Amino acid sequence: MLDDFINQFWPSTIDGLSLGAIYALVALGYTMVYGVLRLINFAHADIFMVGTFAALWTVRTAGFDQVGGIALIGAVVLMAVVAGAVSGGGAMLLEVAAYRPLRKRGASRLAALISAIGASIFIQQLFGTVIIHKVFGTSKEGGKLDVNEHFKKLTNVVDAGPIQISNDKLIVFLGAVLMMIALDQFVNRTKLGRGIRSTAQDPETAVLMGVNIDRVVTVTFLVGGIMAGVAAALYMVRFETTNYFVGFLLGIKAFTAAVLGGIGNIRGALAGGFLLGLLETYGSSLFGSGWRDVVAFSILILVLMFRPTGILGESLQQARA
Amino acid sequence: MRRNKMRVTGAVAVSAVLALGAVSCSDDDGGSGGDGVTIGFMGDLTGENSGLVVPPYQGAKLAVDQYNATNPKVKITLKKYDSQGKPEQATTLVQGAIKQDKIVGLIGPAFSGESQAVNPILNEAKVPSVTPSATQITLAEKGWTYWHRVVADDAVQSAGAGQFLANAGVKKLFTVSDNQDYGKGLADAVGKAVPGAQVKSDAVNDKAADYSSTVNQINQFKPDAVYFGGYYAVAGRLFKQLREGGYKGKMMSGDGSLAAGLIEGAGQQNAQGALLSCGCLIDAAGKTNEKAKKFAADYKAKYGSEVAIYSTEGFDAASAFIEALKAGKTSTEDINGFLKTLSFEGVGKPIKFDEHGELAAQDIFIYEVKGNTLPLLGNSKEAKVS
Repeated sequence: MLDDFINQFWPSTIDGLSLGAIYALVALGYTMVYGVLRLINFAHADIFMVGTFAALWTVRTAGFDQVGGIALIGAVVLMAVVAGAVSGGGAMLLEVAAYRPLRKRGASRLAALISAIGASIFIQQLFGTVIIHKVFGTSKEGGKLDVNEHFKKLTNVVDAGPIQISNDKLIVFLGAVLMMIALDQFVNRTKLGRGIRSTAQDPETAVLMGVNIDRVVTVTFLVGGIMAGVAAALYMVRFETTNYFVGFLLGIKAFTAAVLGGIGNIRGALAGGFLLGLLETYGSSLFGSGWRDVVAFSILILVLMFRPTGILGESLQQARA
Repeated sequence: MRRNKMRVTGAVAVSAVLALGAVSCSDDDGGSGGDGVTIGFMGDLTGENSGLVVPPYQGAKLAVDQYNATNPKVKITLKKYDSQGKPEQATTLVQGAIKQDKIVGLIGPAFSGESQAVNPILNEAKVPSVTPSATQITLAEKGWTYWHRVVADDAVQSAGAGQFLANAGVKKLFTVSDNQDYGKGLADAVGKAVPGAQVKSDAVNDKAADYSSTVNQINQFKPDAVYFGGYYAVAGRLFKQLREGGYKGKMMSGDGSLAAGLIEGAGQQNAQGALLSCGCLIDAAGKTNEKAKKFAADYKAKYGSEVAIYSTEGFDAASAFIEALKAGKTSTEDINGFLKTLSFEGVGKPIKFDEHGELAAQDIFIYEVKGNTLPLLGNSKEAKVS
């Protein structure tokens, strides 16, 4: 058991980090919306799903064929731009359709939560029954689509003894880290970022100080959506498959990562994402893959028992956000 | 308030009338007369695993159409019952099939779970059934006198796959399952069926996409072969990640993965050489017998697609009923009695049932991914990897 863990340590670490990077990017959307609106946006997982379909569409439309090396990076950027735009737009639309009317009427947070679940199912079914057939022209059951043979991924960029990093894992990791740094800078350095932080801290005072709440909320959803879209593009490079319910499990994991790091805290979401990714792969090398989720969620419960606000504590509002 | 009450009363009244209606037109049982009989086909015809059920339906339909075209005394109407593979849906449908449609026999149910739910009802109503594809071992042990199947069960499949792997020189085997009833049962049984092999196992989550930790374990164990128990969607993902993770050994799976979806999921390059075991015969080239070739040609002419998983078995199941009708048996009891003594060469294999309703001789066939197709390699006893 321990032998397995030691022998698989390096491959597990690399897999854990590249998986954690995707969790972290998706977790950002949960954590930012929670920070600003105190709402768990359960439809965020489906915004991610929409992104995977946009990335898939890009791959097919651009006609990538065995793209590898530097060209693969270009392909990923193109996919990320399209998926980010579609997911970002989708997230804004979601806010306008599912949350804003409720917010304007001062409905309870519970109503918004139910609206979120409804929107989530709506988007899933829309993709499963309409988009997948009409846009992707598949008559296949199960709604599964693959992009195999479009990427060339078997090259090991780093090959040093036990440590082997393939190009796709490296791209996923670096791409995610790049986006996180960009977001961190955006929230801390820009005027809109300040608006987001002030709304998170105290919405009423922020209004008095001339912050346009609607605009802040829109931007929050937009940014969260873009992150989910980029995550979706990276996911497509790594796993090359999608379906209309792809967001479900991944969404729960990303939400967990957000809670683990301290929901409402951007850097916490990052830490939580990587930690969850590593815990999962270490857990499965120790106890077998069947235990993967058991280990991950047991640790979550333990962390929350002893530190209910998550590893890095709450707060988008404070400057460390 | 009052209006609500009225609505509720109205709804109750309407459903009561409907229920009464259903009862009133269902007061006599089984049997049939006139110029034709109805035979049912039950299975997941539109749900997510319909890829495994539409081919046997088409096989059965072909048999029935060919029979009807000979202008027999008793014509057959083949009626579809789409259970979507769900036991609760299947039990409702079967009652309608028995009482309203008065079926004299049922082809199906296609899956083991729904078979468990439906066959006690058929047995009670004394309606014979022949399943083309439900492979769970315990179905034969329930003591249903009206139940038959024209495919080998999972025990025979795992023994066949095990024997094949041993013949191929496998000393170290890694089994992976999707942790579901069918997949885990099959993977565990195959693990025990390779004599003298060192075996390790793991399971993956069928809803997740990342199987990297399983891949790491396999790469560490360095097995000669990996056997996956489960359905093609997961098998495709696993095989793909195995090849991308640098695994070079053999990859094999069972009947649940015997579909073109496996090649799409893994990617054509990654899927090359993947092996599949199945109690079903898909033999368009006529490697095993001439009848199979003719059947494949007829099937293609009618549906425009190649024979697929269980289409042969669907044809043979329908043929079993057709033989009974040809012998002049038209009541459910007579047909069932006839099935007990039935013996003929089916398209796939000799059709002769033992006292439990199982085929007297059960064979397992091995398939290998080549290009974009899954051609037959041969019977598991003699098949060799190229």
